[in-house]
Amino acid sequence: MPLKFDTPAGINPIDRQNVIGRPQDRLDGPLKVSGLAPYAYERHDVAPDAAYGVMVGSAIATGRIVHIDAADAEAAPGVIAVVTAANAGPLKKADSHTAKLLAGPEVEHFDQAVALVVAETFEQARDAAKLVRVDYAPGKGRFDLAKEKDGAPLSPDGFAKAASKAGDFEAGFKKAPVKIDQTYSTPDQAHAMMEPHATTARWDGDQLTLWTSNQMIAWSVRDTATTLGIDKSKVRLVSPYVGGGFGSKLWIRADALLAALGAKATGRAVKVALARPQIYNNTTHRPATIQRIRIGADKDGVIDAIGHESWSGDLPGGGAEIAAIQTRQLYGGANRMTAHYLATLDLPEGNAMRAPGEAVGLLALEIAMDELAEKVGVDPVELRIRNDVQYDPEKGPSVPFSSRKLVECLRTGAERFGWDRRNPKPGQMRDGRWLVGMGMAVAFRGAPATKSAARIIVDGKGRVTVETDMTDIGTGSYTILGQTAAEMMGVPLDHVTVNLGDSNFPASSGSGGQWGAASSTAGVYAACVAARAAIAQKAGFNADDADFVDGHVVAGNRRVKLGDAAGPDGVTVVDQIEFGDLSKKFAQATFGAHFVEVGVDVETCEVRIRRMGGAFAAGRILNPKSARSQVIGAMTMGIGAALMEELIVDTRFGYFVNHDMAEYHVPVHADVPHQDVFFVDELDDKATPLKAKGVGELGICGAGAAVANAIYNATGVRLRDYPLTLDKILEGLETA
Amino acid sequence: MQTTLKVNGKTERLDLDPRTTLLDALREHLHLTGTKKGCDHGQCGACTVIVEGKRINSCLTLAVMHDGDAIKTIEGLGTPGDLHPMQKAFVTHDGYQCGYCTPGQICSAVAVLDELKAGIPSHVSADLDKIAFSRDEIVERMSGNICRCGAYSNIFEAIADVAGEKA
Repeated sequence: MPLKFDTPAGINPIDRQNVIGRPQDRLDGPLKVSGLAPYAYERHDVAPDAAYGVMVGSAIATGRIVHIDAADAEAAPGVIAVVTAANAGPLKKADSHTAKLLAGPEVEHFDQAVALVVAETFEQARDAAKLVRVDYAPGKGRFDLAKEKDGAPLSPDGFAKAASKAGDFEAGFKKAPVKIDQTYSTPDQAHAMMEPHATTARWDGDQLTLWTSNQMIAWSVRDTATTLGIDKSKVRLVSPYVGGGFGSKLWIRADALLAALGAKATGRAVKVALARPQIYNNTTHRPATIQRIRIGADKDGVIDAIGHESWSGDLPGGGAEIAAIQTRQLYGGANRMTAHYLATLDLPEGNAMRAPGEAVGLLALEIAMDELAEKVGVDPVELRIRNDVQYDPEKGPSVPFSSRKLVECLRTGAERFGWDRRNPKPGQMRDGRWLVGMGMAVAFRGAPATKSAARIIVDGKGRVTVETDMTDIGTGSYTILGQTAAEMMGVPLDHVTVNLGDSNFPASSGSGGQWGAASSTAGVYAACVAARAAIAQKAGFNADDADFVDGHVVAGNRRVKLGDAAGPDGVTVVDQIEFGDLSKKFAQATFGAHFVEVGVDVETCEVRIRRMGGAFAAGRILNPKSARSQVIGAMTMGIGAALMEELIVDTRFGYFVNHDMAEYHVPVHADVPHQDVFFVDELDDKATPLKAKGVGELGICGAGAAVANAIYNATGVRLRDYPLTLDKILEGLETA
Repeated sequence: MQTTLKVNGKTERLDLDPRTTLLDALREHLHLTGTKKGCDHGQCGACTVIVEGKRINSCLTLAVMHDGDAIKTIEGLGTPGDLHPMQKAFVTHDGYQCGYCTPGQICSAVAVLDELKAGIPSHVSADLDKIAFSRDEIVERMSGNICRCGAYSNIFEAIADVAGEKA
C-alpha cells in the first residue's frame, strides 16, 4: 500500500543520521574513474553485433521534403538500410514533443532528422549519410524573438500558470516613491552535456529494448510506445549511467526513435549517437527571454509593487520559458503581477534546461534588486533582508513557507565571503591591471516532490538491494538511495547494492526539476518501511516495536540478525511514496545567497572570477559531498550564463550558428576558482519523510546575476543583456 | 589496414578501415569504452589518452598513424580494486559527477603532472626555466578537458592531492 505523505514527518530512523547526512564517496565512483561504467553507446555486452546508424538532419528550418534520393547511399559499401519517414511506417507524435522526431514531408526546424543511414561500420554509415540527397521546398519562418514579441499572447498554462496577480500592481507602482523599470534579455542556451544523445536498440520479436541515455524512464517508455504505436509493455528502457542531462534527456530524442526504426528495418541491433554538431539544432534548448521588471518601493527599499513580464518563443504548440515564477514568491509587497508571453518561432524546440524559469528569471530580477539597492542607498544584502517574507506573498499569511532560511543564508554567506569589505561605490577597487568588484544575488528554486516507487530486497545474509527506475545523471542518486536504505534497514552502506535506470524496476520520480533526490529517497523510505514491517512480521516481532539497528532486528531483549529475520529466501517488497496536499498548505522552496568577486581587465575588459561562494538551505542535506558538487557545478553553469553562453541565431535561415563545443562556449578549468559552499542547518518536515529538498538546480539560480552585479561594482557599467561579454563592457566604459 | 597498437601493455593486431580514428579503434574494435566520445572534433577532451607518454585527443588522430605506439587508456591506469592514485583522488574529492568526461580528465591530470616534472612550460608559466606546481599552471593545462557538470573546483583539489600540494 502506498505511503501517503500528508502530515509533517515526525521522528523516524532517518533522524539518527548514522549514514544519511554524512559525506559519502559515490557508490558508482570506482566504476566511473576506471572507465568501466557502461553508457548507452557502449553496450557491446548486450549488442555485440550492433550495426551503426548515422542521422541526416534537415538543411532547412521550415518547408517540405519534396524527394529523398537514397540510391547512392544504399549502394555505398557496407550500407544495410536507409530509414526515412517514407518507409518508417506510421509514427505518432507523443505529447511531450513539440516537433516530430523524424521529419517528413513537413520540416519543422533545422537539423530535424530526415533520414538514418545504417551500415556495418561507423565510418561507412558516416560517409554514406553524406550521399543522401534531399530536395526541399523551403518555407518562410519566424526566427527573431525581438521582432515577434510585440503582440505575443499569454502562453498556455503549463508547469506554472501563465499569469498571476495580487493587489493592484499598476496603482501600487504608480504611487511608489522609488521606481525601477528596466528590460533585460537572456539568449538561447544549450545543455551541452558531455555525453551526446545515444541509444542502442534491439528488437526481440515484438519486444523493443533501448539502452539509452535518459533522465525519465517511465515517461520515455510511454513516449516510445506512443511514437511507435505499440503497447508500453513491449518497451524496455535501460539507462544505468547518463553522461549529463540538465533537461536535455527528459524525453526520448531522435537517437532513440531512429535506433528503434533502424533495428526494425535491419533485423539487427542498431546504435545511434547524435554527432556533436547536430545536437544543438536537432534537440532542445533553453529559450531566449526578454524580461521587463518593474519594482515600486519606499525610500528604505521596502517593496510595495513588483511586476515581472517575460517574452519567449517556441514552435507552434510549444511552451514558454517561465522566467517570472520566482518573482511570485521571493520578495514581499502587496501589489504584484507576473505574466509569460509566448511568440511563435520556427527555431528548434525550446524546452527545460536546469532550473527552467528561475535560472534566467533571477538573472534579470537580481540585477533589478541591485539597481534598487543602489537607488535607495541600502546594502544589497540588507535590501533582501528587508524584503524577506515568510509566507507566499501572492496568497497571504494563510500559506506560510514550510521553511525559509533565506535571511540565514544571506547573513552567513556575507560573513564567510567578507562582504563587509565591498565598497558600494562602483569602480573604486583596483588590483594592478584589474578593476575589482563584488556582487551578490539570491538563489531561489521551488521544491517539488512527486510519487516514486522502489523495490527492497533483503537476503538471508542481511544484504540489502534497492531497485528503482530512478536515474543518476551525475547527481549522486546511487549513493543517497543507498544511504537511505542503509539508514532505514540498520546496515552499513557497503551492505547495500543499488540498481537504477531500468524500466523493469518500479517507477520513480526520475531526474528533473530538482525533484529527483527528495522524491526518490522518499520512495526508497516507503519501500523500507514496508520491508521492515514484512521482516518484523516474518521473524515474529510486533512491527510497531521492532527497530533495525547494527544489522539486527531488535525489540525489548530480543535481537535477531537481519539476514536471519529475513530468512533463507529473503524478503522482497515494492512500495511507493505519494504526496498529499502539504505542498498546497505550505509554500515550498529552496534558498541561498551567492557572492562573487570579479576582476575586469582595465584594457581589454576581460572578466575573471576571482572568488565565488554562497550559503544554501535545502532541507536535510543527504550527502554533503555530492550535494556540494551539485551546487558548485550549477554555480559553474551560472558563470557560463553570465559570461559566455549564447546560441547565436541566424535569423535568415533559422538555426543556431555556433552548434558545437568550440563555438558554444562553456566554462573550463581556468574560468572557475575554488568555490565555497555552506549549507545552513535545516530540516523541512513538510517536504518529505526525510525532511529533505532537492539541491540540484538551486546553485545556478542567481549565480550569474551575482557575476553581473560584481561587474557593475568593478566598472560602473550596468549590463542587462546576457552574456556579459567584454565588447559590451568596453562600450559601456567608453560611453561612461 | 593492418595496424599494431600496444594498448595498456598488450599488443593488439587490428585490421582497420583507414578512416578509423584511434578513439573508435579503442571503443569499437578493442571494446575499451572507458575513453569517451564527447564531440569527435577535438573540442572537449573526453577522448584523452596517453600515447608514447604524451596526452592527445584520440578523436583527432587515425589509428593507422600509431602503428607500434604504446597507448595508455583509463583502463590501463587502474581498476576498481586497484585504483591509480589519481583515480582514487577523484573519488575522494568528488572530482566528477556524470562521469563522462572523467576518464579524459584523469588521463590529462596524470600527464599534466608528468609535464611539470619534465619542465615543460605552458602559456601561464612566468619563468620558462622553472616550472612548478601552481593553481594557475594546473587549470591552464587542464582547460582542454571540459566538465559540463562543473566539477572543476574538486578536480583541482584531487590533482593537488596527488601532487602532494595544498589545494
